[in-house]
Amino acid sequence: MTPSSRTPNTSDIVIAGLGMTPVGEHWNLALRELALEAITAALNDAAGLRPNVLYVANMLSPILSGQSQLGALLADFAGFRGIEAVTVEAAGASGGAALRQAELAIASGSADLVLVVGVEKMTDRVSSDVEAALSTASDADYEAVHGATRTAQAAMLMQRYLHEYQIPADALSGFGLLAHAHAVANPLAMFRKAISPEAYARAPMLSEPVSIYDAAPNADGAAAILLARRGSIPERLDRPTVGIVGSAVATAPPALHDQDDPLTLASAARAAATAFQRAGLTTADVDFFELHDVFSVFAALALEASGFAGRGEGWRLALDGQGSRESQLPILTFGGSKARGDTGGATGVYQVAEAALQLQGRAGEAQVAGAKIGMTQCVGGSGGTCATHLLAILEAA
Amino acid sequence: MTEASPIPMLRPNLDVGIVGYGAYVPRYRLPAREVARVWKAGMGGTPIEEKAVPGLDEDVITMSIEAARSALARAGIDPTQIRAVWVGSESHPYAVKPTSTVVAEAIGATPHTQAADWEFACKAGTEAVQAAIGFVGSGMARYALSIGMDTAQGRPGDALEYTAGAGGAAVILGPADESLAIFESSYSYSTDTPDFWRRANETYPEHGERFTGEPAYFEHISAAGRALMTSLEATAQDFTYAVFHQPNAKFPERAARALGFTPEQTKPGLLVPRIGNTYAGSSMIGLAAVLDVANPGDRILLVSYGSGAGSDAFSLRVTDLITPRRDKAPSVETYIARRTEIDYATYARYRGKLTLK
Repeated sequence: MTPSSRTPNTSDIVIAGLGMTPVGEHWNLALRELALEAITAALNDAAGLRPNVLYVANMLSPILSGQSQLGALLADFAGFRGIEAVTVEAAGASGGAALRQAELAIASGSADLVLVVGVEKMTDRVSSDVEAALSTASDADYEAVHGATRTAQAAMLMQRYLHEYQIPADALSGFGLLAHAHAVANPLAMFRKAISPEAYARAPMLSEPVSIYDAAPNADGAAAILLARRGSIPERLDRPTVGIVGSAVATAPPALHDQDDPLTLASAARAAATAFQRAGLTTADVDFFELHDVFSVFAALALEASGFAGRGEGWRLALDGQGSRESQLPILTFGGSKARGDTGGATGVYQVAEAALQLQGRAGEAQVAGAKIGMTQCVGGSGGTCATHLLAILEAA
Repeated sequence: MTEASPIPMLRPNLDVGIVGYGAYVPRYRLPAREVARVWKAGMGGTPIEEKAVPGLDEDVITMSIEAARSALARAGIDPTQIRAVWVGSESHPYAVKPTSTVVAEAIGATPHTQAADWEFACKAGTEAVQAAIGFVGSGMARYALSIGMDTAQGRPGDALEYTAGAGGAAVILGPADESLAIFESSYSYSTDTPDFWRRANETYPEHGERFTGEPAYFEHISAAGRALMTSLEATAQDFTYAVFHQPNAKFPERAARALGFTPEQTKPGLLVPRIGNTYAGSSMIGLAAVLDVANPGDRILLVSYGSGAGSDAFSLRVTDLITPRRDKAPSVETYIARRTEIDYATYARYRGKLTLK
């Protein structure tokens, strides 16, 4: 990692507090209890500040938990009865999209303190139900109805990637290996165990060529972040002030066959470019990147779309030591979706919380030394929505 | 505040033991690789080697009768002295009409007898054993026959089809001084945990996938096993053998390790790799296999598990009477060795998987 040189554009939006639950199978907690655990942790972290507005990032609750209107439910359950509260849904990009809405609410001047909680509960139902629910992120009329699950689509995309660039079958193995190695340092991760290249080679196939080590596990979890207008809250001296210096949400057709080029994550390219432009930064300034490795091929495509690698070169950034916490561009520093566990609509909130911990110097064993600027990116479905965030230290402690 | 009361162990007024036991395993074997061949293009792991499959003319009634006859042969008692014939299964041939009356009639225990069918998923058999301990231990009956037997249902293509096997065992309980193994203590642990079920009029069971592990099987087996061992002030080293419900090979091995048992202690009773999960028969036929090799003085821990969910735990001490009685009926190994391998098509026919009308 090289310390960044450029100074980002200033920002009014700072992270006042954050909290995350362990990621895994929370069979003993209801969706609201899981969310409350993260909310309580975030508000404690914010020294008791209370939000004016709540945005809930969630994708599957209406289908898997039979519950919609999470805004009202969680505002009440968390003790904020009456405040403005709504759900933001953009499949796997819900978390980043909800944060974006929170930033806009503060930027518009309508709120000073906005709480974002990403919550997802996937493991209470059998896997066929969960797979069907996740398929709603694709085009229902033209993809899902024909049985093209997201795993099947990822398999086609991965096959195309391997074929188009004529690279080895294990070219994408670096992402899974890296994620598992990094998750060892994350006490909240679902799988805190490194895997070997041999284990990758032997892994059972889910949908050829996607093996279990190319696909993130579905998990339960909740993460919460309290965003504040800088100046509206007391300055803290115990940790660096971390702000959101650039963010963007962009879209592309949800259906793979409607995309101009399925091997280009067009929504990610747009969101990254816009976020960089808003922040006044470039890829060279980024000290680490929390990307969305829901399938390994998407990790490679994210690196390419965001400008870190040329077309067909993204897979190299997870091999030969690259991507590690000591490398030029650390990725998946807390284990990513592959090993932390993928919490669907909550993923983007986990990513930003993890990035904030890195910049605040609170990442513990997972710390990237000297990190000043971090980037996060979550993707909905096969690239229909992408939310990208750039975070920076605004003021040292 | 009241003081926490100790965990209630189950102790009868009179000491009770097993006076005779018998097992049954049908001869047909379906290798797990056959299921993988048909449903998984031969890929993926298999949880066991093969499972026992009943023939066209076999069901829980016929299988229970054979096991009960072996138990009678070992017990050497007059069947008219039996005051209860209880059959635990989730494959009773009739929804309404007892399995147990047919079994009782066939072995000559009628008419002065209780007869009832028990249902508690895979622990229906040991539930009938708990009840028999009470029945005999109270002095209401001199002998009671408890059977755990199944021809388990596995939905074609489901993960459980690899293991859903057939077989089980029968035990005749009676006074301790006539017993080949005496119950030291027992305990039951039950909660409302919906991990596996089959609704009325459904052909195949459903299950909660990974939910069947940690909060279901492991929670109940460990809680029951640990409570019983604690009350006896015993550790794993104090037992010669341990038998756990065995839905696959991995679960009982892990449960045994967690309670401190070695593979040597569990191996004689771990039959699932070779006959599959015999559901209500599973832990009971494991006990039968251990009794086939046990010596006087040996101590055995038996912990069943039934989905829904609960575990029964028993501590048994083997007596000198094991030696003269053991060879009066076929051993479990004899049944396992009597093996005819079949392919998936034959299995589908024998198990009525093909709907012809």
